[in-house]
Amino acid sequence: MITHDILVVGGGLAGLSAALTADPHLSLAIISRVHPLRSHSVAAQGGINAALGNSQEGRDDNWEKHAFDTIKGSDYLADQAAAELMCREAVPTIYEMEHLGVPFSRSPVGLIAQRPFGGAGFPRTCFAADRTGLVIAHTLYEQAIKRQVKVYDEALVTKLVVENGRCVGVVIYDLATGQVLPMRARAVIFATGGYGRVYLRTTNAYINHGSGIGIAYRAGVALKDMEFVQFHPTSIYPKNILITEGARGEGGYLVNNKGYRFMADYAPSAMELAPRDIVARSIQTEVDKGRGFEDEYVHLDLRHLGQKKIDKRLPSVREICLKFGGIDPVETPIPIQPAQHYSMGGIDVDVRCVSSLAGFYAAGECACVSVHGANRLGGNSLLDTVVFGKIAGQEASNFVNGLELKDGNEKFLLDEAVAEKAKVDTWLSRSGGKMAHHLLNDLKVVMSEKAGIFRTKKELAEALEAIREIRDDYGRAFISGQCLRYSQAIVNLVEFGYMVDLTEVITLGALLREETRGSHYRLDFPKRDDAGWLKHTLVSLKDGKPEVAYRDVQITKYQPQERKY
Amino acid sequence: MKYTFRILRFDPGVDQSPCFQDFIYETEEKKSLLEALMDIRNDQDCSLSFRYSCREAVCGSCAMVINGQFDLACRTMMESLGTSLIVLEPLPNLEIQKDLIVDMEPFWRALFAVEPYLFPGETSPENGHRIEDREMEKIDQFVNCIMCGCCYSACPVVARDERYLGPAALAKLYRFVKDPRDERGYKRWSRVNTEAGAWGCDTVFKCNEVCPRKVRPADGIEGLRRKLIWGKVKSLFKRVR
Ligand SMILES: Cc1cc2nc3c(=O)[nH]c(=O)nc-3n(C[C@H](O)[C@H](O)[C@H](O)COP(=O)(O)OP(=O)(O)OC[C@H]3O[C@@H](n4cnc5c(N)ncnc54)[C@H](O)[C@@H]3O)c2cc1C
Repeated sequence: MITHDILVVGGGLAGLSAALTADPHLSLAIISRVHPLRSHSVAAQGGINAALGNSQEGRDDNWEKHAFDTIKGSDYLADQAAAELMCREAVPTIYEMEHLGVPFSRSPVGLIAQRPFGGAGFPRTCFAADRTGLVIAHTLYEQAIKRQVKVYDEALVTKLVVENGRCVGVVIYDLATGQVLPMRARAVIFATGGYGRVYLRTTNAYINHGSGIGIAYRAGVALKDMEFVQFHPTSIYPKNILITEGARGEGGYLVNNKGYRFMADYAPSAMELAPRDIVARSIQTEVDKGRGFEDEYVHLDLRHLGQKKIDKRLPSVREICLKFGGIDPVETPIPIQPAQHYSMGGIDVDVRCVSSLAGFYAAGECACVSVHGANRLGGNSLLDTVVFGKIAGQEASNFVNGLELKDGNEKFLLDEAVAEKAKVDTWLSRSGGKMAHHLLNDLKVVMSEKAGIFRTKKELAEALEAIREIRDDYGRAFISGQCLRYSQAIVNLVEFGYMVDLTEVITLGALLREETRGSHYRLDFPKRDDAGWLKHTLVSLKDGKPEVAYRDVQITKYQPQERKY
Repeated sequence: MKYTFRILRFDPGVDQSPCFQDFIYETEEKKSLLEALMDIRNDQDCSLSFRYSCREAVCGSCAMVINGQFDLACRTMMESLGTSLIVLEPLPNLEIQKDLIVDMEPFWRALFAVEPYLFPGETSPENGHRIEDREMEKIDQFVNCIMCGCCYSACPVVARDERYLGPAALAKLYRFVKDPRDERGYKRWSRVNTEAGAWGCDTVFKCNEVCPRKVRPADGIEGLRRKLIWGKVKSLFKRVR
């Protein structure tokens, strides 16, 4: 049986960071459903935050101000000690990455350049043109090559194996062979990314199904603050590919069909650089009030930046517009609309990435520490993945090194795999039923229409009911064809089951939270309610049903204030 | 609009040899090839295999040969092809694992062989290096590479000589050799001073032509050659003195 000390599931930034910081004396492997460089992290464009204070305007910046912006941006739902830790670590982390070879863009004096991003008091976002995620992911992968980190790619983890309350491994579906196999480990780190694809419109990769979060939930680990879903203000219409916040950071305008920079009405001082939740709602409001175009989008105008700046600072944006939108931003405004973008919530872990299940850790977008609270600031997610990925690697190593227990029982692991295989066989043997991809589409429609940017009790309750019906249908879902090798249909079917769980948890949390905070906007409860709701939602699976609990937010020194920009 | 997709299908354990299969696909929308492929898989044959992930031309998963041209399926809009017959084949120079999925192992092995990571100096300046943007611009195009494998597959030298490292790996090496922060010695990287390395290139520039990210790998190979010659001249000088 394949056995390692540590298994890291996920080859994005969080997974690579974890693998690179784990104790090199331990046997470690990365498992990923795609090659690490195909992970969603490579799509990150805009940048990564750290209070380096490298620019003239940023001289007075420091990590405390970064922490304050993060906490305010989170609408005070972030755990403050965690946010402080992340922002303090940010500065050495950026220099470390620079020393590993990340080709950051430079300032005129040759330092790492920094651009302004939404919700930040200073230009704090380090970047490499508009392909920051790509170059960081490649750099970390290069380090993984250097250290000869073992990678099992194109293997989908379908289940966590828990023996006597301890995580002892995973079950995988190996795409190349079509086999379902157990893999044993003393510690497992999940770095499986977000779940954007439960929505119809999302900036996320096709593979972002969020199964990792669902797998943890099924293994009994609580999910935290799942109702907080970030909608990015600017995705290109109609393909919903992201146009980075960097486009506004570099000076882009948002305009409605009257040619008016409408952000003046919503965030008069921050304008286009207000935090994402606010900008996304403003755009949606403009469109809903008939001030958009084709009732779908508004314009992001970059023309005044000029071709030179666009080519230098935003080359991918231009490329995306040309290829996917058929327009040139040098000459034409970009049609944009909000789309799901990021999962603030996730697997409940503490500031050391430790979960309630012994031997199980989580980091990156799949985890909720929580540093982003009710709304993440642009540039803080890449930071989160690298900082907490490292912590997870260290923490899992300490756990394994201190462990006196034996490896998990082989027979037990094998039985778990056999049971997973039986599920696949059942699907393949069905000759009729509802087509899985139709069901999945139904689920996305429900989420987009009833649990999107603006929410109400009525719609959320309807969504919950619809999701539970889809779950029944999932039990009878059907795929055509028999092939086991490289079967995306099997992958999709496995993940779909977990997506149903996730949508249920998101919707349930949203229904119960009767206030408006950050990305969670309740038309029927339009105010933040600190007396009642300054707390995290925790949903865990008890006897097959979601059970809800709450936990107070950790406050250090930043008392909640009204959030104005 | 009605399209015919003619897709090369092959399952090595099952089929004798690859052969084309036609699928009829109708759509009124502006769709990318990747979207169409996903529809075909979902609605017509779920055993049809191809790789994909980001759908925005940055993860490098969905490179294939589209009507004879190398490109990413996600960034190819169907209408841009100007024909209703769309022929899809897996990347050549690599073995087919299933349908449009090829074994990338030789491609990665070539990459590993050039030690594709930064060799930092003994001491690193605490607050980062001071480097002018001008210097970084020299490696700019090379860090745009997404490792999709188009150049490797299109390269006529790779086709005839499996020892040849290929354009992507050599361009990656050049990216580091040119990086002002990198201090790998000449001895270390000049191992590519061979026919399997920098001198293998035929300079037909297929790689430049097919890159979906506007990288010009041949620039990198040429740069390596220049540096190799220069290195040789320098060592001759030393001997004369
Ligand atoms: C278009 C876009 C642009 C962005 N730009 C920025 C930005 O500029 N700045 C910023 O800070 N943030 C940005 N973000 C957010 C940021 O990119 C992500 O939050 C971050 O990259 C997530 O990294 P990760 O390592 O947690 O997950 P990912 O990079 O998504 O990696 C997940 C990994 O898990 C694997 N995996 C998942 N499930 C399974 C399973 N069941 N079995 C096996 N493997 C599995 C996948 O194969 C993958 O390797 C952006 C996001 C998007 C969508």
